[in-house]
Parts: sequence; C-alpha cells; structure tokens
Amino acid sequence: MAKTLYDKIWENHEIKREEDGTSLIYIDRHLVHEVTSPQAFEGLRLAKREIRQLSKVLSVADHNTPTHTLSLDDCNDSSKIQLETLNKNAKEFNLRYYPLGDKNNGVCHVVAPEKGFVLPGATLVCGDSHTATHGAFGAIAFGIGTSEVEHVFATQTLRQKPVKNMRITIDGTLEKAVTAKDIALFVISQIGTAGGTGYAIEFAGSGIESLSMEQRMTLCNMGIEGGARVAIVAPDQTTFDYLKDKPLSPKGENWEKAVAFWKSLHTDTGAKFDKEYTWKASEILPQVTWGTSPEDCINVTQSIPKVDNPTKERALKYVGLNGGDKIAGTPINWVFIGSCTNGRIEDFRSASQILKGKKVAPNVRAIAVPGSGLVKEQAEKEGLDVIFKNAGFEWRLPGCSMCLAMNPDFANPEERVASTSNRNFEGRQGYLSRTHLMNPAMAAAAAIEGKIADARQYL
Amino acid sequence: MEKFTTFEGIAGSLLLDNIDTDMIIPKEYLKTITRAGLGKFAFAEMRYNLKDDSLIEDFVLNQAPFNKSSILISSKNFGCGSSREHAPWALGDFGLKVIIAESFADIFFNNCFKNGILPISLDKTTILELVKETQQGENLKIDLPNQEITTISGKKISFKVEEFKKECMINGWDDISLTLKDESSIKDFEEKQKQSQPWLWI
Repeated sequence: MAKTLYDKIWENHEIKREEDGTSLIYIDRHLVHEVTSPQAFEGLRLAKREIRQLSKVLSVADHNTPTHTLSLDDCNDSSKIQLETLNKNAKEFNLRYYPLGDKNNGVCHVVAPEKGFVLPGATLVCGDSHTATHGAFGAIAFGIGTSEVEHVFATQTLRQKPVKNMRITIDGTLEKAVTAKDIALFVISQIGTAGGTGYAIEFAGSGIESLSMEQRMTLCNMGIEGGARVAIVAPDQTTFDYLKDKPLSPKGENWEKAVAFWKSLHTDTGAKFDKEYTWKASEILPQVTWGTSPEDCINVTQSIPKVDNPTKERALKYVGLNGGDKIAGTPINWVFIGSCTNGRIEDFRSASQILKGKKVAPNVRAIAVPGSGLVKEQAEKEGLDVIFKNAGFEWRLPGCSMCLAMNPDFANPEERVASTSNRNFEGRQGYLSRTHLMNPAMAAAAAIEGKIADARQYL
Repeated sequence: MEKFTTFEGIAGSLLLDNIDTDMIIPKEYLKTITRAGLGKFAFAEMRYNLKDDSLIEDFVLNQAPFNKSSILISSKNFGCGSSREHAPWALGDFGLKVIIAESFADIFFNNCFKNGILPISLDKTTILELVKETQQGENLKIDLPNQEITTISGKKISFKVEEFKKECMINGWDDISLTLKDESSIKDFEEKQKQSQPWLWI
C-alpha cells in the first residue's frame, strides 16, 4: 500500500501497538535543556533509574542564558538555579552537554542540526514545542512534556497514537524578500493556529524543494504554531549535502548505506492524505502579525482586519492597534533578530543585506542574537557582525534571548517589538509587550525605518 | 499518580479561543526545579495586575465562588503554544481537575493525562449549555469510568476518551513502570535497529 513519509517512519519505529491504536515507539534522539528537564532528572533519581541510551541525548543551556555576558551572576536567582541544576545533572548523568560559554553552546534547535545529531528517518523529541524544526531533515520530531522527557530517559520510548497526515504543497518560486518564515506565517493565517492539530504536516512542492536546510528548519519550526506537532520535508540532495561531514553524521561505509536508505524516505505516489492544501509561491508576500496569535497575520501591504469576536477584540486591545489601519508604518521600539526560528547563518546574511551602510532609527533598540556559537563564529568570519554593529545593532552571545524573555532580554510594558521569533502571545517578550512576527529582512527594514516596513524596497 | 474516577465541583468559564500556555503560566514562573506550588501563578498575567500584584477583579477565577473552581470551561484550541508541563502543573495545583473545551492543543492535551487532569472536548452548543447550568456556581458531576457529565438539572452528557489513557487515569498507573514491562521488546527492537540502521547508533 502507498504510504506517507510520516507513516513510514512511524511504522519503522513501532515496537508494539495496543488494541486502541496507541503505539509504543522508539526514540532515536533526545534534546535536553534546562527548563523542562529538572523534574525529569529528579524523577529518575527518586526511582533509582538511569538514562537508557546516553549516546542518544544532547543537552544545552539556552532558555535562561544571558546574551550580554557569560556570567551567571547577571541572571536572576531562579534562572541561575535552573542553569546550575542542568550543570549538576549533566555531570551526574554524564550527558553530552554544551554549557554556557562552550563554543558549541546555543539554542538546542540550532545546535543539534549543525552537529549532525539529527538524521533523516529518525525519531527525535525534546521538552520543547519547537522540536518540529527537525522535521526539515525528514525526521519525525516533536515536543513533549516533562513526564515524557523522564519516560524517554528511562525507556527510550514513548506511548503515543500516530497522528493524521496533512500535505501542504507550495508550487513555484518565492518572490524576493519572501522566505520560509513567510510561507509558515501565510499558511498559519490560512489554516488557523489549530488548523494542524492532530496532524503531521508534510511540506512538499517545488517551492519547498528549492529551500535550503536553514529555510526548511524555519518552516518546520513554525509547524507547531499551526497546531501541528510534527512538520516534515522529504530528505533530498540538499539534506545529504548539509549532513555530509558533520561531526555526528555517519562516516565511510555507513554514510553510503545511510544515503541509500534515506533516498527511500519519501511519500509514495498515490498515498492518501487526510487533508491537502496547495498554494502558489507567488501568492505569498512578506508577512507580519498584528495580534496575539500567529494566525493574526497579514502581508505587509494590508490593513489590520476589523474584528468581531471576543478573542480578536482582546488581541487588538492588547496590541494597541485599530482595525482598518495599515500595518506598515506602525512605530516600533525594538528589533530582535534571532531564535530557533530565525537564528541561523542565512538569517543574518539576509538581514545584513538590508542593513549594509544603513543606520538603525534612533527610537529603536536592536539586538542580533546568533542561534549558536558556531553561527556567531561563521557570521563573524563573513564580517556580518561588523555590518550589524555599524548599523547600530547590539551583537550578542547565543541564546533564546527575547524570543521568550525568561532571561535578561525583554521588552517593557507596551513596547512594540519587530521580531523574527515564533510567538506573539500576550506577554511573550515581556509583561504587556507587543510582538510583530516577521522574517529577518523585514525586521532589518523595520530597524532602519523605526516602524514596520516593506523590505522589498531595500532589495 | 492519584486515581481519577468520579468527581464533583464548581465550573468556571473562560470563553476565549486559543488560551495559550504563556497565559496559563507565564515564562517567569518556569524557572522552578520542582513540580509543586505553581497554582498561585496560574493565569498570572490575567489574574493579577503585576505592576502592584493586585487582583484583576473581572477575571473569572478571582470571583467567588469560581475562585474555588475545580472544572474550567473554555473554547477552541485550549493550551496551544509551548510544551511546558508547568501549565498542567499550575492548573492542577490551583485545584483544577477537569478542563472542558471545544478543542485542545496536542501537547497540552497529552500532558494533562500525565498529571491527573481530565481534558474533555465537547461541541460548542453543549459547552454553552454547561456554562448556562453552572453560571451561579452550580456543581458538575464528572464520571470517568462511565464517560459522563451530569449537571445540577440532571442532564447527562457523554464524552469520549481514549481507552488506554482512561485506564491509566482510573488506575493511577505510572507510565514508566508500565513501559518497563515491555523491556524485552524494546531490547529486541534495539538489536534489530543496530543491524538495519547502524548509523542511528553513535
């Protein structure tokens, strides 16, 4: 029978299936960070259990880490305790660990791929919803809660039901200044933030095949914002080229065998999807969110909608905008370029193209936060840090930073942020802060103008 | 985990779509290394004016008798956003045992079952009926073994729940001990995978 890519990988990891359809599936890779792991380690200790497969775990400190210093003394006490707890657990359980200050440290979803830790056809989990990122490699990757983190530590498995299959096809070539971020935001604006709930979304079509690995990661990363725990792109030559010679990628004969197997990882012709959508790439313009859900999204030429239900009325009131007004021209206070969504090398290249020789508007504070130490190193090798700094950006150390603001980087009440991150929820970037999600070039254009602007005029 | 069978309590209504996990437990309170004590931070930014820590009086869970709610009724896509299990920890510590909504986000939905909180999906019309029957603080009865909600007027509403998740909740089973009974199957799988996909073993 013709099968989808998701179903193939799932079945390939199924140890058994209960009568009600719940599977016991094997987990090949597990990412760990300081926020969602302490209670899981504590659970192991209390039950005197060990980590079943240590080599399948990679851990980093990222959510709480400061990006202006390597000193934990600049964190508040609770952040410091959480980071020190991971240090302690990493030592006690002998984890593969990149702590604050290690040159490989950074956001877990940026670090794992650049190490070659994520492979096609694998199952990967993390106590973090943006784990969907790794579907870019043709893996089943999804976020789990802390109880499940402990379950994976102890058993290397999870008990879950497979989800349904959705395919989103994007055909054609993207317009200039339109990126994977815009595809993601556009799709979410069409299907809604719960549109993908209960589904694995496979992204397909020529508009997806032409994307780089960085772009595919951005796209899959945002899958969860459309409700889909799993987003996936079939692996191809782009994937293999990216993985070749990464530190943890297979080597020698194993590499050849792996690539041969990976080439079989695609949806069979005629496989049935429970839901399908198709859009033309040319329909998608640079996107900007106006409200407090990623589905509250329009393109930069549009006006904020007039709303008529309590949820959206609350959103408009929260962000302090009026239905009917143009989104372009909305004044901003902050620009944040970074995060597991847009903190990779291509994102900084894209923003730097706009920033070259320009200055950040005087009313704006702008920070550029590389997703990892290796991204930072590469950017500096290419001289991008100089472009950012000359424009008036602060060039920071890696970390989650202002994406979720549980570290020293946050906006104040009612301050407005042009942000390349993934969530515009109430309070996400600081108590009563206001977030507008967009791609890195758009964020750079907003930095220059001091207001939401169309990046296409700078290219 | 505590066993969940039948239960009766007050139901507060928060009829907004997309109640996200940042609303349920803002990130400032994720910096704990234990599971306990998060109830006072549940819905913190909706419940308190954080500039002076005063209560926001028109928020339902601040109003008697709903400040004693053990059931919460909401709308679409409850629990969307982050995977933080701090969300069900906070709701459970606040005293909630049941959440009734039109729909739930996947990760949150799963996390509830791991923490003895029963999420129930019902259609909008039924939810609005429940809201009407509980708006003066009337109790709802929840019967998990029979998958039934009973209102004060005696109306009975049935709900769906996955069989395996139901068994785990009714019996208070610890997932890990349960899975470790499959140890030999897991080991067999590992041995086979080492042969078929050796590159997954680093």
